[in-house]
Amino acid sequence: MRTRSKLIGDGIIFVLLAIGAIVMIAPLIWMVSTSVKDKMAVFALPPKWIPDPFIWGKYSEIWTAGPLLSGIQNSVIIAVSVTVVGTFTSSLAAFAFAKLKVPYKDVIFLILLSSLMIPYPSIMIPQFVMFSELGWTDSLKPLIIPGLFGNIVMIFFLRQYLSSVPNAIIEAAKIDGSSYFGIYGRVIFPLIKPAIAAQFILWFMGIWNDYLAPIIYLNSPEKQTLQLVIASFNAMYAIQTDYPLIMAASVIALLPMLIVFIVFQKQIIESVAISGVKG
Amino acid sequence: METKSNLYRKEKYYGLLFILPPVLGFIIFGLYPTLYSVYSSFTDMDGLGQMNFIGLDNYKELWSDELFHKSMFNTVFMMIGIPIGLILALLLALGLNRGIWGTTAFRVIYYIPVISSLAAISILWQWAYNGDYGLVNQFLDLFGIEGPNWLADKNTVKPAIMLMAIWKGLGYTMLLYLAAIQSVPKDYYEAADLDGANGWQAFWNITWPMVKPVTFFLVVTNIIGGSQIFTEINIMTSTGGPEFSSASVVFYIWQKAFGNLQMGYASAMSVVLGLFIFIVTLIQFRLDKSNQND
Repeated sequence: MRTRSKLIGDGIIFVLLAIGAIVMIAPLIWMVSTSVKDKMAVFALPPKWIPDPFIWGKYSEIWTAGPLLSGIQNSVIIAVSVTVVGTFTSSLAAFAFAKLKVPYKDVIFLILLSSLMIPYPSIMIPQFVMFSELGWTDSLKPLIIPGLFGNIVMIFFLRQYLSSVPNAIIEAAKIDGSSYFGIYGRVIFPLIKPAIAAQFILWFMGIWNDYLAPIIYLNSPEKQTLQLVIASFNAMYAIQTDYPLIMAASVIALLPMLIVFIVFQKQIIESVAISGVKG
Repeated sequence: METKSNLYRKEKYYGLLFILPPVLGFIIFGLYPTLYSVYSSFTDMDGLGQMNFIGLDNYKELWSDELFHKSMFNTVFMMIGIPIGLILALLLALGLNRGIWGTTAFRVIYYIPVISSLAAISILWQWAYNGDYGLVNQFLDLFGIEGPNWLADKNTVKPAIMLMAIWKGLGYTMLLYLAAIQSVPKDYYEAADLDGANGWQAFWNITWPMVKPVTFFLVVTNIIGGSQIFTEINIMTSTGGPEFSSASVVFYIWQKAFGNLQMGYASAMSVVLGLFIFIVTLIQFRLDKSNQND
């Protein structure tokens, strides 16, 4: 009896979850479908989910319709330089916070952690004034430089991860006469690699998808990041009702992170789940 | 052969060297701008000429600025979506926790909107909310409902943006709930079963207390995130919506600071926003502590 009612219950829940999953994915499928439609087919009533015929032309047109390529380049430059350098500085700091004898390190760590309570909109105006005095507006520098100093969220998780590493390993390396950079490179870094990988991806995604900071600093079309470029596609071509073009550009903006997610979904989902349990 | 104190001194220097970058970053890009923001909120800074100290004038103006009140109201209103999202996500997580077929696939599908670019998602939903040809109204049409022109109607623009935010965040919330539920030891439920507890009692006495810390975490992070809503508003309603009915606080700050160059005034708003977030966090921590002491 019991197993039978559980089976029925499971069946009902499966159906409900499946309906939910359709709701979650339908708008994205609609996006792709629209991007391969004829400009007029977009307005067909009732709507067609499978376009007839498929028109892939928009995917070649978008590259000349706006600065999409330079948008991708700028986004890659910002995200790669920040995450690569920032991960190095963050993991060194996490190493020191977790394993080295530094005076007042717990107090310093707590102060750094408190910076998470400062919302970006509350400091964006002074930051903008600072960078404009340096003449750095309309360049990628204001979006890169602050990140190079490290990321407190990443430091937090790496420190947590390192606290489970026995001190004896580090003491042994010290006695062997390794320098501290040597201990970091040979002992610490290989140990925390899995934790770094997940945090790296999440940080990369955050920067890739950022919108507020780029919109403040970047004015020239060729300086803009991918997200700003597709937003201006949206503003520009909506008037001409060229929705296939807008959707094709948006698909391009969405695709890289989607691929990264599909490839690393296990690690990403696990590390996000852990962050909630610990938080 | 190095002496012990020598070794320690070396360790201290390297330790300080390693924590120096984030500390410097915090001072230059966090602490200093925060203090500067508070200071400039008492001035008429415009980012061009000199700035004059004008006392509380900005704050007095805020007090009577209807657009600011409106943007505050809009921001808080759109947070109604937070509890709705939490409840939906908890239900989904409870469903997934039964270990039914396709759990991994469901987790991935529900998570896709989370990792998607907010700008692309906003563009997509702006099109989906189109009054005549949008996906949403086509769907409602199946049930014989004639949907409004969502983003152009001051009564529907906020719920529309809220709905999109729920859709985008659902996978994340669900994932955290699922992890919390799965960390509940199985024998708790077995013991409850032996005591003759029904499903509802088991949920109320075991699951709910166990997911309370995650709920707390989610409420705080959602309020902090929700009070900074900007991208959706900027893309979907580039002017702040009909009669400014979708403008959020950050949208208004952005418009004042970088559109009108009233940076001192915008700083005053950003101080109010920062204080709001600070107080919410503080209250939540208090509540959390008193809960734990029960």
